[in-house]
Amino acid sequence: MSFVTVTDLFLDYDRRPILERVNLTAREGEFVAIVGASGCGKSSFLRLLLDQERPSRGTILVDGQPLTGEPNRQRGIVFQRYSVFPHMTVRDNIVAAEALGANPLGILGRSARRDARARAEATLERIGLAHVAGSYPSALSGGMQQRLAIAQALAAKPRILLLDEPFGALDPGTRLRMHDFLSDIRTETGMTIFMVTHDLPEAFKLGDRVIVFDKTRWDPQAPEAYGATITYDFDARHGGIPYQTPKEDPHVPVPA
Amino acid sequence: MRLINRRPGPPAVAALAALPFVAVALIYASASAARRAENPQDRLLPAPAQILDTAGRLLFEPDRRTGDILFWIDTAVSLQRLGLGVGIAALTGLVIGLAIGLLPLARAGLASFVEVLSLIPPLAVLPILFLLLGLGETAKVALIAIGITPFLIRDMAGRTAEIPPEQIVKAQTLGASSLAIALRVALPQVMPRLIQSVRLALGPAWLFLIAAEAIASEAGLGYRIFLVRRFLAMDVILVYVAWITLLAFLIDRLLRYASRRFFPWAETA
Repeated sequence: MSFVTVTDLFLDYDRRPILERVNLTAREGEFVAIVGASGCGKSSFLRLLLDQERPSRGTILVDGQPLTGEPNRQRGIVFQRYSVFPHMTVRDNIVAAEALGANPLGILGRSARRDARARAEATLERIGLAHVAGSYPSALSGGMQQRLAIAQALAAKPRILLLDEPFGALDPGTRLRMHDFLSDIRTETGMTIFMVTHDLPEAFKLGDRVIVFDKTRWDPQAPEAYGATITYDFDARHGGIPYQTPKEDPHVPVPA
Repeated sequence: MRLINRRPGPPAVAALAALPFVAVALIYASASAARRAENPQDRLLPAPAQILDTAGRLLFEPDRRTGDILFWIDTAVSLQRLGLGVGIAALTGLVIGLAIGLLPLARAGLASFVEVLSLIPPLAVLPILFLLLGLGETAKVALIAIGITPFLIRDMAGRTAEIPPEQIVKAQTLGASSLAIALRVALPQVMPRLIQSVRLALGPAWLFLIAAEAIASEAGLGYRIFLVRRFLAMDVILVYVAWITLLAFLIDRLLRYASRRFFPWAETA
């Protein structure tokens, strides 16, 4: 049963095609990594999934329902930067995940706030940020900020988590620790995840599937005449050996 | 070593900072002495000692007719006008600026209107204010508010629009309503800028206050300066000018302190 269904999606900016004929189905709990060259529309595709932008043609169904026309709690997002609120402490950033949507004012009552604070403390304990709960995000390292951003997105209990190059600005060591962090969260929550990345090994390491955006038609006189679409859809489970569950040792080195 | 790389040490910084003040004081004292040597009755550049004498009289001696100390009444009246005018302007600037920065509908409706408004020279509409609102407090407060509100609106709208769209989108994915985004995401982030803009706008605000008081008033710092000008009471004028400068300086420092105290995250960012 497909959870996210993208049918015949087109996206134009001022009649300049960005995406064309994009079709995709994803099961609930699937981790879809999205790769492609710069400017191939993979971030645009994520914005369409987020409903931050509307497609020129085509439909996106989540759990059989069309998107509502604006971002909402169903789909959480972590950007490469600016994902946490700089004017809130680390703790308040997690509390905000509950408070902002609690009522039209986005302000919790006294007892609700106390409960939310306690839950936030527990979350921070789990992600290893309890010691900086009272600091502002600007005092945190890039990796800690992204951990906070992911925890904040998850605290709102979305059904789908969208990640737009979440580890793109991190150094390699921090990036590896973030991979473990994300894998743990995934095992814990069984969340459906779409992640845009520039890093192919990262895509194959984390994703169940790796989809590639590229242009299938190319006019050298008019490089912008055609949009990109999904050109490859790899099964990235079992170390990227597609559609096989080997019964005996295939003697193929499987990356960890 | 290049001039751009020469940095003064702490004592040199203090000395260099004091230098222009001392220079102005010396120039004034010698010019005053020169004029008084020619004409002991000179009123244009009173001696520093006489200015201090006048200051003591103004600050502490009650008026013989009413029994009030006019200096403090002038100060209270002027500060009230300034506070009301700047307060109204800051509130209006904040609310409308947030609306223009956050809501495409408000931006479409108001942005060009505010831009045109900001081009009207406020002093040119002062006669209109006096005619419409009378010569009382309202017209003076209105002049200050009208004078600086367009600037504050545009600055607030600009700052609101600078908030990374990622944050606005993120807030939406956390379920925030437009009001919640305005109150909890945008408002706290534009407040430090509002304080900074008010600090900048206080210069023009004083200008409008003194202009309005000079034209039609019965009390106030600007009124007094323009009143005693008729008697060539330079000593009184100088004391009032120094006092206004000190007030402006103190208000500026107070606002700067408030910004650091209440928005610590904005200092490190």
